[in-house]
Amino acid sequence: MSTCSCNNCSGCDTNAAKLQEVIQKYKDTRGALIPILHEAQGIYGYLPLSVQKTISESTGIPLSEIYGVVTFYSEFSLEPKGKYVVSVCLGTACYVKGAGDILDKFKELLGIDVGECTEDGRFSIAACRCIGACGLAPVLTVNEDVYGRAVVEDVPGILKKYAKK
Amino acid sequence: MKSLAKLKEMKGIALTRMSKFNQAGGYRIYVGMATCGKAAGARPIMDALNVQIENIGIEKAEAVKTGCIGVCRLEPVIEVVNPDGTRDTYVNMTVDKALEVLKEHVVKGNPIKKYMMDPQEASTFFGKQLRIAMKNCGIINPENIQEYIAMDGYKALGKVLTEMTPQEVIDQIKASRLRGRGGAGFPTGLKWQFAKNSVDDQKYVCCNADEGDPGAFMDRSVLEGDPHALIEAMAIAGYAIGSDQGFVYIRAEYPIAVNRLKIAIEQAKELGLIGKNIFGTGFNFDLEVRLGAGAFVCGEETALMTSIEGNRGEPRPRPPFPAVKGLWQKPTILNNVETYANIPQILLKGAAWFGAVGNEKSAGTKVFAVGGKIENTGLVEIEMGTTLREVIYDIGGGIPNGKAFKAAQTGGPSGGCIPASLIDTPLDYDSLLNIGSMMGSGGLIVMDEDNCMVDIARFFLEFTVEESCGKCPPCRIGTKRMYEILEKITSGEGELSDIDKLEDLAKGIQASALCGLGQTAPNPILSTLRYFRDEYISHVVDKKCTAHVCKAMIDFDINADLCKACTLCMKACPVGAISGKVKEIHVIDNSKCIKCGACISRCKFGAITKIDKVVTKGAN
Repeated sequence: MSTCSCNNCSGCDTNAAKLQEVIQKYKDTRGALIPILHEAQGIYGYLPLSVQKTISESTGIPLSEIYGVVTFYSEFSLEPKGKYVVSVCLGTACYVKGAGDILDKFKELLGIDVGECTEDGRFSIAACRCIGACGLAPVLTVNEDVYGRAVVEDVPGILKKYAKK
Repeated sequence: MKSLAKLKEMKGIALTRMSKFNQAGGYRIYVGMATCGKAAGARPIMDALNVQIENIGIEKAEAVKTGCIGVCRLEPVIEVVNPDGTRDTYVNMTVDKALEVLKEHVVKGNPIKKYMMDPQEASTFFGKQLRIAMKNCGIINPENIQEYIAMDGYKALGKVLTEMTPQEVIDQIKASRLRGRGGAGFPTGLKWQFAKNSVDDQKYVCCNADEGDPGAFMDRSVLEGDPHALIEAMAIAGYAIGSDQGFVYIRAEYPIAVNRLKIAIEQAKELGLIGKNIFGTGFNFDLEVRLGAGAFVCGEETALMTSIEGNRGEPRPRPPFPAVKGLWQKPTILNNVETYANIPQILLKGAAWFGAVGNEKSAGTKVFAVGGKIENTGLVEIEMGTTLREVIYDIGGGIPNGKAFKAAQTGGPSGGCIPASLIDTPLDYDSLLNIGSMMGSGGLIVMDEDNCMVDIARFFLEFTVEESCGKCPPCRIGTKRMYEILEKITSGEGELSDIDKLEDLAKGIQASALCGLGQTAPNPILSTLRYFRDEYISHVVDKKCTAHVCKAMIDFDINADLCKACTLCMKACPVGAISGKVKEIHVIDNSKCIKCGACISRCKFGAITKIDKVVTKGAN
């Protein structure tokens, strides 16, 4: 934590305080680790080792165990995510309707691979598991926005929408 | 909730309120606000309607959010409930159209037929369906417990707690012949009996709402459209087996469902329908939501429980089975959302009523999420034993673009395909097992002549390899080896011996993997080998992909007779593989072509097609 040079110390303190609140909330809950990790990721945007260490110190769960859980579940991220996370659904219904080509187009236009973030931190790409909107296949999401019946031609327009925000 | 009488009183009030509104000439407008509705743009419609309704006066109309009625491809959908109780379904709505409906239909009393679902289409799509698990979806506001109560909600719980013993409840469920809707089809009554027979100081009732099968969204729709059905059923299960604590394990990828479920639990607690001393009978039942975190394997029962316990989702060997030692080593039942959705109605209407639906092997209905190459994608609930042909052609509207039906895949990555030759197979547990497939959770993906079955098998293995938890070698290493062989075959490097290797591996993994994920991972391979062996052989011997999908074995070709030399495809090509100019026929250089398909989607003259790879002998 002392290696950070972002100068947003009050931000860190706020987040640290929020994290402690979360840990307190779950102190009497059995199997609390995963709920804590969900909320911690909600606060920090991802789960760096420093956050995992804090959780370990406060809960008594060994860091190795926490790290094991964080790396097991695809929802938890050790790397910061982009401001806009592009998630292309690669479920069966979307796949048979060409979702793979849409994903390739995003990779091509953003110059990054799945799991990576653009240099300016604006976009990252995730290939998500089925989100269950198969009636509108192929489906992709950018944060909370859902785009159904997507085609390769839509990709530049979609990116443009978020490029200026 | 103090007593059954109080519940009845509430139902009466809720019903009166809903019908009084209609009787006074009022119109209720249900706006489909499940995930598909929202994705298609229902939120702005809901907002616009609310604003406009305020302008014209609340007494005349109210806009209410509802779950999914199953016609996903026609979303946004709004349904107008007229004063006489009839419902008109408006499809493909936009803000402007919805406001027009408000103005013409609601204010002036003139329904707009051209915006409604085509009656023929409606009768085709809904005609063969029977809604039991999805009874309330799209009919009620899922965020208002009163509407659930108006539809006899919590009456089953009341009946069970005041008139039946736990064993009587289990006997009813056994007699109904209900089998698990999560995929394995284990008799529900029997599972509950095992848990009831186990002796321990604490037992648990769990719900599997992880729904990880790609292509499946049945549970999501029940959770978004009728969450109280689940809550009521779990409380009933708790009473039957002797448990006071339930957990719903729900995947984090379903934020709307999670939210609606949490709201429903709060509302049920407020009214004392779960919590302490329910209906004054001394029975306590509490319910907690636990989020998944993106691991398909956590849909497996022991992995799910170990995840709730806060661990990596790695399955455990059985025996002991969860009904004896499950969550935190206590007797636990785990049932699927759709299984639970049937429970309240079975107890209200009786086992015989339920048993009369379906066939001798499988009672009741099954909800299928129909997707892929089919006109009417969406959710359908059909009687067990309905044939695949009826689902595809009667309800599903057939294959688009005049293409030929090739196969339907059920059971997700654990399932198998049903080829066109077996299209008259009844959809029930045992018939599907007999042909090498399985019911699965309900995902039904339709494929046509343009899909390559070897590529499909590879696709499923890619998923399974990614999702394998890594604990047992047969799955951890075996699925990877199978995937590598499929990659080899689809990239044109396969040999005949690879097919034997694949089959050998597949059978070995089926027999030795620790859990259902590994044991069923070979199914797509064995199933496609069984019915489409010729495609595999064509890939390895002739190096041809007959469906023209596998990129290594195809070329893109511009038909000189159809090409209008408009340069659109040239501009679309990301690698500059197309040469030519205006009025000069375009040509694709296949050594540069990356087979992305951008040119095909851009060409307005259908001049570009995929052909078998042209192998030039002796060329450098």
